[in-house]
Amino acid sequence: MSPTEATPVHAPDLTPRQRTTYEQPQGAAARSRREARRRRLPLLPAMVLVVVATQLPFLVTIIVSFMDWNALRPDQRGFAGLDNYVSVFTNASTRSAVWTTIVLTVVVVGVSLVLGTLIALLLDRKFLGRGAVRTMMIAPFLVVPVAAALLWKHALLNPSFGLFNGVLTWVWSLFGSSSPPQVAWLQEYPLLAVEMSLIWQWTPFMMLIVLAGLQSKPLDVVEAARMDGAGALQIFRYLTFPHLRRYLELGGLLGSIYIVQNFDAVFIMTAGALGTANLPYTIYATFFQRQDYGLASAQGVVVVIGTIIIATFALRVVSSLFDEENAR
Amino acid sequence: MSTVSEPTSTSRNPAVAATSFKRPRRRSGVEQKGSPLWGVLAWVVGLLFVTPVLWMLLTSFHSEVDAATNPPSLFAPLTLDAYRNFFGITGGGNPWPPLINSATASVGSTVLVLLLAIPAAYALSIKPVKKWTDVLFFLLSTKFLPIVAGLLPLFLFARTTGLLDNITLLTLLYTTMNLPIAIWMMRSFLAEVPVEMLEAAQLDGAGLVTILRRVVAPVALPGIAATALICFIFSWNELLLARTLTSVVAGTAPVYLTGFATSQGLFLAQVCAAAFVISLPVLVAGFAAQDKLVQGLSLGAVK
Repeated sequence: MSPTEATPVHAPDLTPRQRTTYEQPQGAAARSRREARRRRLPLLPAMVLVVVATQLPFLVTIIVSFMDWNALRPDQRGFAGLDNYVSVFTNASTRSAVWTTIVLTVVVVGVSLVLGTLIALLLDRKFLGRGAVRTMMIAPFLVVPVAAALLWKHALLNPSFGLFNGVLTWVWSLFGSSSPPQVAWLQEYPLLAVEMSLIWQWTPFMMLIVLAGLQSKPLDVVEAARMDGAGALQIFRYLTFPHLRRYLELGGLLGSIYIVQNFDAVFIMTAGALGTANLPYTIYATFFQRQDYGLASAQGVVVVIGTIIIATFALRVVSSLFDEENAR
Repeated sequence: MSTVSEPTSTSRNPAVAATSFKRPRRRSGVEQKGSPLWGVLAWVVGLLFVTPVLWMLLTSFHSEVDAATNPPSLFAPLTLDAYRNFFGITGGGNPWPPLINSATASVGSTVLVLLLAIPAAYALSIKPVKKWTDVLFFLLSTKFLPIVAGLLPLFLFARTTGLLDNITLLTLLYTTMNLPIAIWMMRSFLAEVPVEMLEAAQLDGAGLVTILRRVVAPVALPGIAATALICFIFSWNELLLARTLTSVVAGTAPVYLTGFATSQGLFLAQVCAAAFVISLPVLVAGFAAQDKLVQGLSLGAVK
């Protein structure tokens, strides 16, 4: 909405005489400046705090990334040029962290989005105990992430007494076998184990968003289409899916933001071992274990640049979210 | 040519207006029923997803011996031993300081977020400032800055100012962490306030605070509740900042929980009890406000 069309709406108290002065160039300029300032005022405290707490630390990170600064060797602090960036890109473990982050994000967001959509379509139908099933579905999203990671590591995936292997033992014993397959999940499939726990947590989130989309679907159009002889698949393809698109984009966007930055699951379940170290964990380790502040900062800057590239692309795609808002 | 197009457009317009007017706000009896098979499938999927949570709960009520069995012992006698151990009644740790720290940081930052986000969202939705979409874009873009990229400066800042291991700093950081999403959510909720009501209040000479309290708040209250709930959940769950900036005094519940990751890994019942107790506030709040959660999470994408 442009200020020119907004101003008359919010200046309804003008008498005809005042309106004349308002239209004079000088008075109008001063008035609109004052008006603009008054409108910006409520926004200021929040903006100042966000800028100070997010942009300032990042500026410091950029500066430190050009420094040779290892807390274990305090005497060698100085300017390092591009050294830290060179080691980011030549270091094999950083490169594998980039790859792990991409795989983790794509797999978790992709699978939970598809699963979440299918489950939302199920829950959109009427059946006995729909509320109860929805409550059950939401539960994984409401478990504290650290608790969820511990739950998966110890109670579900533990090779000797976890639920997964326990169920395998039980099923095999039903068929009289005393040698069931027992999998050391976290050792044999570490990345898959982390992905499973995250998909379990994020599918309910996607389901909630898609369900909100489904329930806001205008039903008269669907009814009309059905009258005209459209099949269930056609209705989904041409009516439901286009309506859901924005919800799917939103779920994908928010999910990506949080999964790219995921630290808890990797930290708790594998402590970054066996190729599960993603970028946040790698930076945390460079920072705390190697105490190499310069390198950790350079890694941080690279992550931010990578994220901005992906985010810009994503926001272009998601910009349909903004189209409708602008029309308001 | 215009004489031809005119009658068709006038004859069509009322029809369009009529259908859009008749559109039901809530879905009524025209819902898809489907075969009962779909209901059964939904139940199976729901049970599958809730099983780990129920398993955590059941294990927490078993003795350590019964918890660590293969195949699992579903019908072992129930006991409160794990909870007695967790709360330090029979020795062991003391979870109260971290629980209180988490409550302080979560509730404190949620209150601060609301105090800052409501006026900001008001400025962006009801009286749009210039370039308000740019402001929204900027706010969302701060969420793309991985927290980990600002970790070192925050750590150095905390160390030099003596705010390391201080719950106030954590509360402030959680406030800035949640503020962008909160403004986004609040903006879409505030957009529901009718402009006519605001104009009427302005005509009566009401100031910003009065308008916010008397006109905006009643309409936007459910949205405010949803925003508060989500901010509380994100703050309560946060680990990376808490682990970096706190240690003994100001450690939060998730940090305390990480202590169970390795050292006490074999005390399965106690791990489950700890995980359940620390998840309980979020579970209760989330179950109590399911609908608001959905509304809040979709960030008003339809409005």
